[in-house]
Amino acid sequence: MTAPPLLRVENLVTRFDTPDGEVRAVNGVSFDLERGDSLGIVGESGSGKTQLFMSLTGLLARNGRASGSALFDGRDLLTLTPRAMNEVRGVRISIIFQDPMTSLNPYLRISRQMTEVLTEHRGMSRKAARLRGIELLERVGIPNAEARFRGYPHEFSGGMRQRIMIAIALLCDPQILIADEPTTALDVTVQAQILDLLRDLRREFGTAVVMITHDLGVVAGLCERVLVLYAGRVVESGDVDDIFHDARHPYTEGLLRSMPRLDEARGEALHAIPGQPPDLQALPRGCAYRARCGYVRDVCSEAVPPLESFAPRRAAACYRVSS
Amino acid sequence: MSDIKQNSDGDGAGDSDSDGAGETLVAAPILRVRDLSVEFSVPSADGIFGGRRALTAVNGVSFDLHAGETLGVVGESGCGKSTLARAILQLLPASRGEVVWMGEDLVGHPGLRERRRDLQIIFQDPLASLNPRMTAGDIVAEPLRTHRGEIGRAERRRLVAEMFERVGLSPVMVNRYPHEFSGGQCQRIGIARAMILRPRLILCDEPVSALDVSIQAQIVNLLEDLQREFGMALIFISHDLSVVRHICHRVMVLYLGRVVEVAERDILYRSPRHPYTRALMSAVPIPDPRIERERRRVVLEGDLPSPLDPPSGCIFRGRCSYARSRCAEEVPVLEELGGQSVACHFHNDI
Repeated sequence: MTAPPLLRVENLVTRFDTPDGEVRAVNGVSFDLERGDSLGIVGESGSGKTQLFMSLTGLLARNGRASGSALFDGRDLLTLTPRAMNEVRGVRISIIFQDPMTSLNPYLRISRQMTEVLTEHRGMSRKAARLRGIELLERVGIPNAEARFRGYPHEFSGGMRQRIMIAIALLCDPQILIADEPTTALDVTVQAQILDLLRDLRREFGTAVVMITHDLGVVAGLCERVLVLYAGRVVESGDVDDIFHDARHPYTEGLLRSMPRLDEARGEALHAIPGQPPDLQALPRGCAYRARCGYVRDVCSEAVPPLESFAPRRAAACYRVSS
Repeated sequence: MSDIKQNSDGDGAGDSDSDGAGETLVAAPILRVRDLSVEFSVPSADGIFGGRRALTAVNGVSFDLHAGETLGVVGESGCGKSTLARAILQLLPASRGEVVWMGEDLVGHPGLRERRRDLQIIFQDPLASLNPRMTAGDIVAEPLRTHRGEIGRAERRRLVAEMFERVGLSPVMVNRYPHEFSGGQCQRIGIARAMILRPRLILCDEPVSALDVSIQAQIVNLLEDLQREFGMALIFISHDLSVVRHICHRVMVLYLGRVVEVAERDILYRSPRHPYTRALMSAVPIPDPRIERERRRVVLEGDLPSPLDPPSGCIFRGRCSYARSRCAEEVPVLEELGGQSVACHFHNDI
């Protein structure tokens, strides 16, 4: 028997109670993450890409609940007590967010924010924690790390702050690093630096990286496997080359065609996907994408198309693919 | 479509084919910016008693813009692209230089209100740029109220409904408030508000950066369609070089408040000459894993220098792998190379 995957998510559903009724942000998502994998989660507003991983790390807002299962190392992340989750989050599964300024505490020195994790979670001495912190700052490319270790977040640029966030995320050698739009707030040249860093770190530490993003260019450069999310469901999954060169779901195809490309001279008008992003509170019957889809048929309004594998390592949720 | 005719000479100059911009080069530019600088006074680093010092956000920028042309302004945060837009519209005072609109210098000009009919702006954050307490219809009608008071209520309502339709919104939505619209729809309202006076120039300040990818394309197409139909010129400010390549005729690259390169679109993307332009282009991810694996990046070291303490000579030299001693001594001026101007001492060697 082959070893179980590092993380196996099955039929994850995330619901929020709102004054206007229940909203399902994630609706039956399943996937496996292998050791050292790099998985891209692609989706736009309302796709559920962020809430999916908030559910897995116990960070849902108070009105949210998650059901299904998420087996990580023999334990179901969804049933962990807050205390047990604290032993996993930031230690074995780390997260970096879009905005490094709001994730760092502006009142605390970097040194404090880095050593706390180690002294609390790892029982390290303060001196050892300090050495480890400085070592990681150097590794993520903070110049003059020893001196800047005592600095405050505002003394660093946006790109440097994101490097610090990555260093903090790596302090306890996590097995999974979840990066939620980590470069969206950064300039493109800084984004290139951060993506290079993530690529190197993955190779060096063997950390599985989950890249949550709306930017297909970022996925193309960093990821090996891709899940495309729409309205809380996986609509397509596959290896990165297949997704980009042989997209089967009309939404994936639409996304790829709607992006202007740096390496393409201006042609005709862009292939915009018509309509609006999905409104989770008023999803249509059947396929959530059908109102925007150019291939829509009668069957699309009858039932939600299931995610079906049509080739090894490929799956799509579309009647056009399955028939 | 409309009774507003003050700009009816905005003819087919906005044709989207690439020689559209070339045709108009013979005519006088509608906008001439010369040596424009904007300074801000900021507290000095010595604390609250240290007095104030000048931060030069835009430094000696010059360019021409022709009728129906789209000029891209690209650069990263802090390069001065938004400040430049605001200085052109006189929303910020220029500390030096000229902004000549249709032959008339706007800097310190008293009759600016007249000109505002012709010069409109679209902002990055579609929701924040709409007054939450006004209906979408009132927002789009407001420029008519301000500048075209002679237009009666019924006619105004008709023009607004027509404009709603034109930007892809249903006219039955006029009574809704901004929060009832999605981001893309809010941006359409912003565009309708800018277009209702049939301006000759719209400054678009990162108009699609806050939108989802699938919606970005809708808005880009809408701007192109409107330009084809009404012939207005666009200044398209963006950090996204892929979008700029798609929509612009000419592109200007800013770094730390200065123009480092300006060129016809195809020339710039085929052969960028300034080391910064090259680094910028090489950093843009391309949505194709095969290409991404093969690509060799010019990775820029370090961060943008502080605009309060810019380096001597060439402002880019601290991050430039080609920098030599001359770069520290002499500020490179923009040199015209035929369809392309570059501010680099060594553009021939690289």
